[in-house]
Amino acid sequence: MIGLNFVYTVAGLAFAAFALSALAVRPRKWANAAFYLLIATSFLAGDLLGDVGNGVLVLALVALAASGRMRGGEAREGAVRPRGSRLFLPALLIPVAALVGTLVFKQLPAWFDPRETTLVALTAGVLLALAVCYAWLRPGTAMPFHDGRRLMDDVSWAAILPQMLASLGAVFALSGMGDVVGDLVTQVIPSGSLAGAVIVYGLGMAAFTIIMGNAFAAFPVMATAIGIPLLVNGFGGDPAPVAAVGMLAGFCGTLLTPMAANFNLVPAALLDLKDRGGVIKAQAATALPLLAFNIVFLYLVLR
Amino acid sequence: MLVLAGIAVIALGFLLRFNPLLVVAVSALVTGLAAGLDPVAVLAAFGRAFNDSRYVTVIYIVLPVIGLLERYGLQRRARELIARLKRATTGRLLIGYMLFRQLTAAVGLNSIAGPAQTVRPLIAPMAQAAAELQTGGDGESERVKAMAAATDNVGLFFGEDIFIAIGSILLMKGVLENYGIDIEPFHLSLWAIPTAIAAAIVHGTRLLLLDRSLKRKRA
Repeated sequence: MIGLNFVYTVAGLAFAAFALSALAVRPRKWANAAFYLLIATSFLAGDLLGDVGNGVLVLALVALAASGRMRGGEAREGAVRPRGSRLFLPALLIPVAALVGTLVFKQLPAWFDPRETTLVALTAGVLLALAVCYAWLRPGTAMPFHDGRRLMDDVSWAAILPQMLASLGAVFALSGMGDVVGDLVTQVIPSGSLAGAVIVYGLGMAAFTIIMGNAFAAFPVMATAIGIPLLVNGFGGDPAPVAAVGMLAGFCGTLLTPMAANFNLVPAALLDLKDRGGVIKAQAATALPLLAFNIVFLYLVLR
Repeated sequence: MLVLAGIAVIALGFLLRFNPLLVVAVSALVTGLAAGLDPVAVLAAFGRAFNDSRYVTVIYIVLPVIGLLERYGLQRRARELIARLKRATTGRLLIGYMLFRQLTAAVGLNSIAGPAQTVRPLIAPMAQAAAELQTGGDGESERVKAMAAATDNVGLFFGEDIFIAIGSILLMKGVLENYGIDIEPFHLSLWAIPTAIAAAIVHGTRLLLLDRSLKRKRA
């Protein structure tokens, strides 16, 4: 069955190609190449490494990132004749393939893992678009990977920060973080005050998301701390809005934190913003009113 | 109580501007040790979780295609296209994109667009071109590009939770189940709709205000 194994194979080969490209430029980018090679290894052979092996791989990635030796993308060399509006077709092929593939692959559960149809379809779309580009533009075999690697160099170590935070969440869960936070925050809520509980719950979701960079990591902590014991069991609230609106309050925190690298730092790098915090600043005036909305809305529903 | 040191490490490490990957790794170690785990157990738990969440890093496979198309002039073409649409404004363009993003994410298609797939190659250059027309000058390129990325995030975040099979919905269901609360994913996703509407109104208003401020620049 085609599922994540296919996706990870393609991703592993792409990062291996990025590593080769980083060694092909002069001066060679050793640190970048090593970083991409480790990611390629994780994608291609992560299941064979064992838990400790994967942990060691992560430590090597961290050491490379912290060494400060990774370099940003160099200027593009070699002029080509620019092409017309047909350039949009391969670019649009990727989202269209992801859309159509998601719908079609779901009907073929014997062939495609139904839980992963969008990622499989996206990967297929990328391969299709790449094939079209080769056939039409004839750029030479290595050119797409040089161009892709230059963009990758700009993203740099931020590329794996989300994956690192997801893993940190697992360690937090293993260490019983949720119960400890719960004992702590319930002390600041005036007893019997629904408004107080809702405010601390909403702000806590946002604050924990800002620290962890991910509302997924914050939700189990705040649900254990306030959502279930106070709002649902204490005040008899409907668990559906408590969970759903609480999660959305967390999303407001995601808009405000550099720890959510894939949403806030990576776009700033991809768009060559001078201010790495530019995306967060652009989002603040949307995130704060929405956070207030979520808290007030949840209070009105539970009242 | 000691496990809270892990959070302190994150906050402090970030304030002191250490590399965030290093901060996360140290926080995991401190948290695990504080909870009485031995260092190898922490390393194994971290490695296992890292391996299980590789899908988060898959998206960079689009970069070769995007990088190559840019070599052949994709961004410039996107700008020229908008320059020909006389009534296109930055705000209207981004409102359209936000609604597209919310609606597609609401039916589970959150990977069809994003900073690498659509914002860098298409949406940001289009928004910039429109802003240049509106101001008749540099078009405040930094602010407009940042707003394009912000609009992508807002559309995604406040659309995806309406989809019943999205990770966050399944996570909520799983956490509630631990407390003996059984809930239909559909019920959770319904409660995401009011916030989705509020997000469209708040961010849409800001985009219209952006148009006004760009227009004032011209005058």
